[in-house]
Amino acid sequence: MRDEHGIQAEALAREFKGGIRAVCGIDLAVAPGEIYGFLGPNGAGKSTTVHMLTTLLPPSAGTARVAGFDVTTEGQQVRAAIGAALQEAALDPLLTGREHLRLQTALHGMPRAERKRRSQALLERVGLTEAADRKVQTYSGGMKRRLDLALALAHEPSILFLDEPTTGLDPQSRNALWAEVARLARDEGVTVFLTTQYLEEADVLADRVGIIDHGTIVAEGTPASLKAEIGRPSVEAIPANPAELAAVAAVLEHFGKPVPGSPKGVMVRLDGGEEALADVVRALDAEELHVSHLQLHAPTLDDVFLTKTGRSLEGAGDELEEPEPEPVPA
Amino acid sequence: MTQHGPLLLQVSQLARRSVMRTFRRPINVFPSFFFPLMLLAVNVGGLQAASNLRGFPTDSYLDFALAFTFLQGALFATTNAGTDLARDIETGFLNRLALTPMRNAALLLGQLAGVVALALLQATLYLTVGIIAGVRPESGVLGVLLIVFLGVLVALAFGAIGAFLALRTGSGEAIQALFPLFFVFLFLSSMNLPRNLIEIDWFRAVTTINPVSYLIEGIRSLIITGWDLQALLLGFGLAIGIGSIALTAAGWALRGRLARS
Repeated sequence: MRDEHGIQAEALAREFKGGIRAVCGIDLAVAPGEIYGFLGPNGAGKSTTVHMLTTLLPPSAGTARVAGFDVTTEGQQVRAAIGAALQEAALDPLLTGREHLRLQTALHGMPRAERKRRSQALLERVGLTEAADRKVQTYSGGMKRRLDLALALAHEPSILFLDEPTTGLDPQSRNALWAEVARLARDEGVTVFLTTQYLEEADVLADRVGIIDHGTIVAEGTPASLKAEIGRPSVEAIPANPAELAAVAAVLEHFGKPVPGSPKGVMVRLDGGEEALADVVRALDAEELHVSHLQLHAPTLDDVFLTKTGRSLEGAGDELEEPEPEPVPA
Repeated sequence: MTQHGPLLLQVSQLARRSVMRTFRRPINVFPSFFFPLMLLAVNVGGLQAASNLRGFPTDSYLDFALAFTFLQGALFATTNAGTDLARDIETGFLNRLALTPMRNAALLLGQLAGVVALALLQATLYLTVGIIAGVRPESGVLGVLLIVFLGVLVALAFGAIGAFLALRTGSGEAIQALFPLFFVFLFLSSMNLPRNLIEIDWFRAVTTINPVSYLIEGIRSLIITGWDLQALLLGFGLAIGIGSIALTAAGWALRGRLARS
C-alpha cells in the first residue's frame, strides 16, 4: 500500500467545449506519503484536475504521472494504484453498505473469501458495522462519506484522491474523517491528494498546500511557509457605537490596507506588523473612539489567497461566472 | 488482483446489483406488470368485434392481442433500464465504477440483467393470465417457451436502446420524456389489427415498415398460427438485429461517456 512514486504533472491543462479553460497548465509534484491539499474556491479547477489525475478525463494538454504511470497511456495501471472519493458520495441508495463493498471488491477481482474479509474490515474501520446491512438511502451524510472512503480504500490503493471529502459534514464527522486520512498517510504511507475549499481543512491536514484560482496554481508550500510569506498580521476593530464605524475605519486605514472581516467592524493588514497594535490603540484613543472588540489575527491561508488573487477565498467561488464544467462525452 | 478483472465475475456482480435495484423499487416494477394487462383488458373488451372481420386470423381477440402486452412490458423495461443508468451517471456512480478495472462490456451486460429478470417475470405473468383467460397457444409447450424467450429478447433489445439513450443524454428526465415517443411507435404497428385488414393506406404503410409489427407478429404467430417460419424469422431476426445495433451503439456511447484512458 505504501506509495513510492507520488504524483507529477507538467503543464496539465483541460479545456471544455465552448473554449472554457478549467485548468490552465499546472505543474504538480506530490511526494510519496504526503498529504497534499489542493485549495481553491468553487469553479477554480480542483475537480477537473482530480478527474484528469484519476484518468476520468483526458487532459487537453500536458502530462501527468500517478504512481509512476502516465494517466493518458497507462490508465489501467493508474486506476489499479489509486482510490478516489469524488465530490458527492456516489452511492446507490438501494444497496446496503456491505453490498457496495462486495461489488467494489469484486470489480477489483478479489477472490470471494478476501472480498468478505476486506469488506468487514473496512466497515469496522469506518464505523459502519451496525449499519452495514441497511440501505444507503437511510444513511446520514457523514455515514455516506465514510462508506465512500471505505470504497475508495477497498483495493488498498497507494494513492488516495479525496475531492472535497468533508463538504456538508458536521464537525464530528469531519474530525473523524480527518483523523482517518491522517492515519492512512502516517501509518500506511498512502499519498493523499485532497481538494478542499475549507481553509481549516488544508491547514490542519495537509503537509503542503497548492492554492488554485481560475485554473492556475497561485501559491504552493507548507501552510506555515505560505503564511510566513505573507508575514504581516491583521487587526480587527468593532466600534462600541455602530455609528462610529466610518470613523474607526478612517483611523485604521493609516495602519494598513483594509481586508475583509466582520461586517460590524473594520480589519486592516498591519503594515508595521504586530508592533503597530499599540499605535492603533493610541490613535483610536486620541480620536475618543471606543471599541467593543479589538483583535490581532495571525496570517491565515485566506490571507495568502487574498494576497495572491486580491480576493478572499471565502465567497470567491460566488464571483465566478462559469461553474466548473462536468466531464461530457466526446 | 488483475488489472482488468475477470469478465464473468464483473458481469455477475453488476447483474446482481441490477436485479436487486430493479426489484427494490416496487413502484417502478408494478406498472410494468399492471398496465399492459389493463390495456389488454380494455382492448379485448372494446375490440372483440374485430375478430368477426373477414380475414381476421382468429375468432378470439384475446389470442390476437396478447402478443402486444410483451412489447408494452418491454417498453417499461427500456425505461427502467435507461433511467437506472442515467441515475448512475447523475449521481457519479458510473465514475466510481469507471475507477475500477471494470470492463465496459461488463457494465452493459450487467445493467441489462435487471431488464432480463423483469422481462422473464413479465412474460410469465402475461402468459399465465392469458392462459387462465382462455388462450391456448397453437405452438404448444415448446411454443410457450419460445414466446417467453422472444419476449425477453425484445426486452433486451429495447433495454439496450434505453441504455444507449441514457449514456448519450445522461439524464433520467430525458429517458422519461422519450417514453411517449416510444409508445407512439408501438401504436403505429399491427398491435390492434392484422396489417392486411388496415384500410387506411398511410397507416398500413407505416405499420409495414415499423419493425415493432414484426416483433408482435412473431409472438402472435406462436399463439394463433403455430409454427410460422417466416414470422418467427422476422421476429427473432429483428429482435437480434435491433439488440445488436443498440448494444453496439450503447458500447460506443459508454466509451464516450467514460472517456477514461
